[in-house]
Amino acid sequence: MMDWLLTHAPALLIALPLLGAFLTPLIDRISGKARSAFVLVVLAATQLLMMALAWDVFTQGAHIYTMGAADPTATVPAQAAVPVRIVLQVDGMGAFMGLISVTVSLAAAVYSLAFMHRESGQGRFYTLLLLMVVGMLGMEFTGDLFNLFVFLEVLSIASAALIAFRFYHGDAVEGAFKYIVISSLGALMVLLAVALLYGQYNLLNMGALASVLEYTYLDKVALGLLIAAFAMKCGAVPMHMWTPDAYTVAPASITAMLVAASQASLYALFRICFSLYGFTLDLTTVGIIIIALGLLSMFIGVTMALPQKDIKRLMSYHAISQTGYMLLGVGVGLYLLAHADFDTYGIRAMEGGIFHIINHALYKGLLFLTAGAIFYKVGTRNLDEMGGLAHSMKYTTVFFIIGALAIAGIPPLNGFASKLLIYESAYRVSPILSIVAMLVSILTLASFVKVFHSAFMGPRLEGMGDGREVPRSMLVGMGLLTAGIILFGLFPDWVVSNLVHPAAQALADQAAYIAALGGGV
Amino acid sequence: MWNLFDPLETTGGFWSPILWIIAFLVAFLIAYIIWGLGERKHGGGEQGKPFLSGTREPAKEAVHVRAGNIYWGFTETLHGYYDAMKKIHTGIVNDYVLWFLGMAALFFVVLILPEVIG
Amino acid sequence: MINNVPFFAVMLLIAIGLYTILFKRNLIKIAMGIVIVEAGVNLFLITLGYREGGLAPIYTHLPSGVEIPGGLVLPVPQALTLTSIVIGVAILALILSFVVRIYRHYETLDSRNIRRLKE
Repeated sequence: MMDWLLTHAPALLIALPLLGAFLTPLIDRISGKARSAFVLVVLAATQLLMMALAWDVFTQGAHIYTMGAADPTATVPAQAAVPVRIVLQVDGMGAFMGLISVTVSLAAAVYSLAFMHRESGQGRFYTLLLLMVVGMLGMEFTGDLFNLFVFLEVLSIASAALIAFRFYHGDAVEGAFKYIVISSLGALMVLLAVALLYGQYNLLNMGALASVLEYTYLDKVALGLLIAAFAMKCGAVPMHMWTPDAYTVAPASITAMLVAASQASLYALFRICFSLYGFTLDLTTVGIIIIALGLLSMFIGVTMALPQKDIKRLMSYHAISQTGYMLLGVGVGLYLLAHADFDTYGIRAMEGGIFHIINHALYKGLLFLTAGAIFYKVGTRNLDEMGGLAHSMKYTTVFFIIGALAIAGIPPLNGFASKLLIYESAYRVSPILSIVAMLVSILTLASFVKVFHSAFMGPRLEGMGDGREVPRSMLVGMGLLTAGIILFGLFPDWVVSNLVHPAAQALADQAAYIAALGGGV
Repeated sequence: MWNLFDPLETTGGFWSPILWIIAFLVAFLIAYIIWGLGERKHGGGEQGKPFLSGTREPAKEAVHVRAGNIYWGFTETLHGYYDAMKKIHTGIVNDYVLWFLGMAALFFVVLILPEVIG
Repeated sequence: MINNVPFFAVMLLIAIGLYTILFKRNLIKIAMGIVIVEAGVNLFLITLGYREGGLAPIYTHLPSGVEIPGGLVLPVPQALTLTSIVIGVAILALILSFVVRIYRHYETLDSRNIRRLKE
């Protein structure tokens, strides 16, 4: 039974939330409580299956799943010579990103039980939330390019509908409109690049394509389009302007999931640079492009965050800035991929960047959920009108402090561990990178001290809620993420050796990827 | 697999949060003992209130510094940079697409130009 | 040369679509621009599958003497294009519903005035 589950896990992990998403509106007609229980059961089952699959992938090796074949682990059909079927592939990096997506979604769904309690249309909310989970897992498990495009669009459409969920406010619909315009244009550019690659090589399977790719002129055009589109989807400066607009107006639990969705696009960017193009790239040029994007994002993100007065807009600029750290870490790894020093500090830089992905999902998700808790109690997001919330909301204050210390990179929490890896490895490439990274870290701490002072410290002001803590399901959702932050902070070596290092190895090793996907023709 | 307390190896050395916590607790203990050697009660009445050159201390609600006013010095010093940034972030959706296509064009130039020249 | 006309049409469609998204202020025209770009990309996908003198790739209805697979057009781009058309319809429906809601709140469809979220 366990073997059957593990063999079919990649497909089950996409099918289970998808089936749940389509059944939710039907169950919603019975009762609201039945629907909430159903959604939680589906997400808990997805989480358990994902953890089992991740355990198996990290200990045994990559999983391949061919859709609709008699033997799911054979990628090449019996009478053919190239892999022509739809292949799902879960290696170290895919399992890592899948863990992040499902954990953040579970915490956000538990949080939404109380947060969205007063809203109408909750059946549609949970349907779209499950569809977002499907989109994220599909992007992270796919083995061919067109599937990547399809799940990218599923994710974008579900996210846009959820951003506009509070359509009785005008700015929610405005943010969603800006998101869907630029998102669909980006996805069309991805489709154009996929068509360019298909037209040249007649292959869509990423492993097979990687083995026959020569870096022709059209391949460079496709690479430029893919990097631009996926960097825009993660919120890299200067294509970042949709990020604050969309993240501010979405309901707080959806913003936490949008962070995980941007990281799925970051994963797609790394997959394309490392596993699809790999050594055929001009590694110096593309490495410098990604490092430059990382530096710009870090600096402009945090300096635009400092003067903001809206709490969620401030946090979304920080999301842009932290994405810069991930781009910097993995960009240094890409820059050094063919270098002799890759195994000493290049892989460490990649581990720092990849570790930062999971840290960021945890603490940014937590911070957005606390901002949602404040909005739930006070009714406004404007920091100018808040004050003295620590007197009445003690648990939220503690969660906020832990999240703010983690994002600023204060020991012993998890932010410090990943930032230390990035600082020390980027220093070997150029000291400027580490200096900018540390400066950005200081400014991050400064802006969160500002938020803490304005919202939580000071005397009790009137109009600040009814003096009680937020409901328990919201605290459980926030507590889940806080437990992750503290555990990852106390045991960073366990996390890096068992979760992050296999993921970094899986990205850097293009030959293993090609062999696993059956592409060596 | 289960050596949970190993330090994290970085390029230049190692990082062990358990040792950091132990060092922090030792330092905290020393600071607490020194604090305990001082006076238990500080003076009440006029001695205990903040000194503002004789004026009364206003109500705490009135002097709570709002978020828009914190870091005024920072934003004022860099106001050239911030003016430029605020002008760039217009909020018009056409400009968002313009930046996206501009960066795609820049990537084309950077990737294709070395082949054309050299 | 005549075989390259669809590719010129693709370039023209994508250029017109990008021009519309970049320089037109009315929100509905921006939505139209997205649809035009999508039409261009779909045309590109379909054109990639064409083979000179090829027949439709249906095995059971082929006239005799046609070699498989050399005498058929490629079926895979047709599947990709159908998927893309469906995704495009979903996006168009979503964008237009957003435009309707925006008009009810802002009373205008000019993208220069729909700027409550800026800087």
